[in-house]
Amino acid sequence: MNTTLSKTENNETPQPETVEISGSKALLEALLAENVDTVFGYPGGAIMPIYDALYDYSETLKHILVRHEQGAIHAAQGFARTSGKTGVVFATSGPGATNLVTGLADAMIDSNPIVCITGQVFASLLGTDAFQETDVINITTPVTKWNYQVTDATEIPEAIAKAFHIAATGRPGPVLIDITKNAQLQLFAFEGYKKCSHIRSYRPEPEIRNEYIERAAELINQAKKPFVVFGQGVILGKAEEEFKAFIEKVNLPAAATVMGLSALPTDHQLHVGMLGMHGNYAPNVMTNECDVLIAVGMRFDDRVTGRLDKYAKQAKVIHLDIDPAEIDKNVKTTVPVWGNCKKTLPMLTALLKENDHSYWLQQFRELEKEEVKEVIQNELNPVTDTMTMGEVIKVLNDLTNGDAIIATDVGQHQMVSCRYARFNNSKSSVTSGGLGTMGFGLPAAIGAWYGAPEKTVVAIIGDGGFQMTLQELGTIMQFGAKVKILILNNEFLGMVRQWQQLFHDRRYSFVNITSPDFVAVAKGYYIEGQRISERKDLKTALETMLSHDGAYLLEVMVGKENNVFPMVTQGSSVSEIRLK
Amino acid sequence: MEKEEFTITLYTENSIGLIGRIAGIFSRRKINIESLNTSPSEVDGIHRFTLVITENEEVVRKLCRQLEKQIDVLKAYYNTDDEIVWQEQALYKVPADVVTEKVYVERLLRQYGASTVVIRQDYIVFETAGHREEIDRLTEELNKYGLIEFVRGARIAIIKNSAGIHDKVLQFENREPSPHLVENEYLDQRDHVFTM
Repeated sequence: MNTTLSKTENNETPQPETVEISGSKALLEALLAENVDTVFGYPGGAIMPIYDALYDYSETLKHILVRHEQGAIHAAQGFARTSGKTGVVFATSGPGATNLVTGLADAMIDSNPIVCITGQVFASLLGTDAFQETDVINITTPVTKWNYQVTDATEIPEAIAKAFHIAATGRPGPVLIDITKNAQLQLFAFEGYKKCSHIRSYRPEPEIRNEYIERAAELINQAKKPFVVFGQGVILGKAEEEFKAFIEKVNLPAAATVMGLSALPTDHQLHVGMLGMHGNYAPNVMTNECDVLIAVGMRFDDRVTGRLDKYAKQAKVIHLDIDPAEIDKNVKTTVPVWGNCKKTLPMLTALLKENDHSYWLQQFRELEKEEVKEVIQNELNPVTDTMTMGEVIKVLNDLTNGDAIIATDVGQHQMVSCRYARFNNSKSSVTSGGLGTMGFGLPAAIGAWYGAPEKTVVAIIGDGGFQMTLQELGTIMQFGAKVKILILNNEFLGMVRQWQQLFHDRRYSFVNITSPDFVAVAKGYYIEGQRISERKDLKTALETMLSHDGAYLLEVMVGKENNVFPMVTQGSSVSEIRLK
Repeated sequence: MEKEEFTITLYTENSIGLIGRIAGIFSRRKINIESLNTSPSEVDGIHRFTLVITENEEVVRKLCRQLEKQIDVLKAYYNTDDEIVWQEQALYKVPADVVTEKVYVERLLRQYGASTVVIRQDYIVFETAGHREEIDRLTEELNKYGLIEFVRGARIAIIKNSAGIHDKVLQFENREPSPHLVENEYLDQRDHVFTM
């Protein structure tokens, strides 16, 4: 029972007591019981009773008023990604709720634990096309792990308890609870809040089967060229140490997916780079050379596999995943290892025999040298006058020593950041991997800072994506989120332009984007900033940004037609990765 | 892998909106649900969906994993036609004068085991149950005699090699006891309930 609901009489021990409270207050009590301290949201007519109740909770529940509901949910995603907690969002009915859809889809595909609370019109008006009524349950069904409409206040405690349980357990995901206005206002006998730990039809973690662990260990022990690919499952399972122990025991080369970045420190001796379309040369090529491919907490996205019919056909595949639906979904598995990798990895490690794969690891290093020579050297140490995105990231790495949280938007700058940013700590890469949502970066960075306010949070954003959600500068201004905004401006929608150049005969159809004076815009929001276009100013400008006590916007003008390489072109096998 | 007819059986919680969530799993892959039936199951509070689709087995297996992943779905099974006992029901409305004047029609109805539901001066309604081919054949025949209306019900199916959901529910509940365990008089009474 929450203390705010208990009464003490005659100095006796406080006893749980049934009290009549509104549905709105029950909701806020439930959030406190779930240890929620930060909510991102935007009020409106159909959620006003909840906001009215929130007025009395301002000491315990921090509410960040965003400038658009899309900003609220991306911020909640950023919060969840850096804090490891569940992100919470408030929005009103109709347009407020529909503005969450992009973020829900993003959170669904990237497995972010989010609980969205939306207001809804009075239950008596449901289905009448009432003012600001939308069928939010049906709209959000395909992009939520679970959703539920509350029409009676008595349902609120159980619905919220289920929502938090579902959002955070198993493979995490977004949950939406739609609460009608009458349920928010209704008084009912609140008998206390019970957390949910079990739902009959929901089994978040599949049973671990020893015979599969044994078969997987046998395959790894016999392998001459084992290769590990790891995803966000390592981070979500809080299995970073278990993962490190696993690969270190037998010297297994390991490559990250975009979502797996930061699960293993970038400089770890067994980290052989990033996989996928704009990943590193060696891990892509060696995928089609290895004899045993061990996938840990990743889902074989098409951006990782390229052409499926030519993907690792020579390899036996071991797939460790908490979600049984991922097994065999895209890549046929030889041995499935169902379960949370925090539990399955140590079981597997215990059965591994000491082994040394240094010759095999050396092959990755040889290819890495080739990539350095052909791509990385020019990108990080360009001889041209124009700055490259890569060199900006390199200087940023030097100054932050790989300890910053890097939140990115979507596009060329994202791929460059993912390729070159150094991550020493887990949960320090925040990006929209599955949905590729432009506009994600700025609000996600705000949320990331609230999730880890002790860290330096750098939002790396392109000129296109920034203009999709730049109104969130207002949130930064009002609430003082100390986000460093680094805009890499190439005056193009760069990734689309790159594709047009390579695959559409340079027909640059509507990718030339004009931007406002970003520094002046930031100044309008009382955020300091500067714009540079000369290499000689880069280091000092980044130092100024990082040392500034508060939010800061740095716009760096980079080469207009630089491309991100290497690249696995669409329809190609990963081993056909192009270096130029 | 060739496409064939599969019957998918889902055991679910009885939740509002679940049908939309399930239908979405098929529609986003552009797979047509040829037949859909929902009904209570042998366990109180647990519902049973029976769906028919034509797909290859690999796709069906993946679909079942996606279906089972839904919070309110307890279990998903898929079976080929020879692994199930199945029925579909049909109603036929034919002109009364045709049936009364042409003895052949009466024979036809007998042959297909149809029975009379309603007799009026202007029309007669028959019903029959059986496999789709049987129903289709009767429909084709009655069409020749001025079939006025026809409707076929969704498939219902019993899996031949199945002990129902009792054991599964008990297994789940033993592993992770529910705070609100559903007490059901049939639980643990499988031998008395099933005679197959």
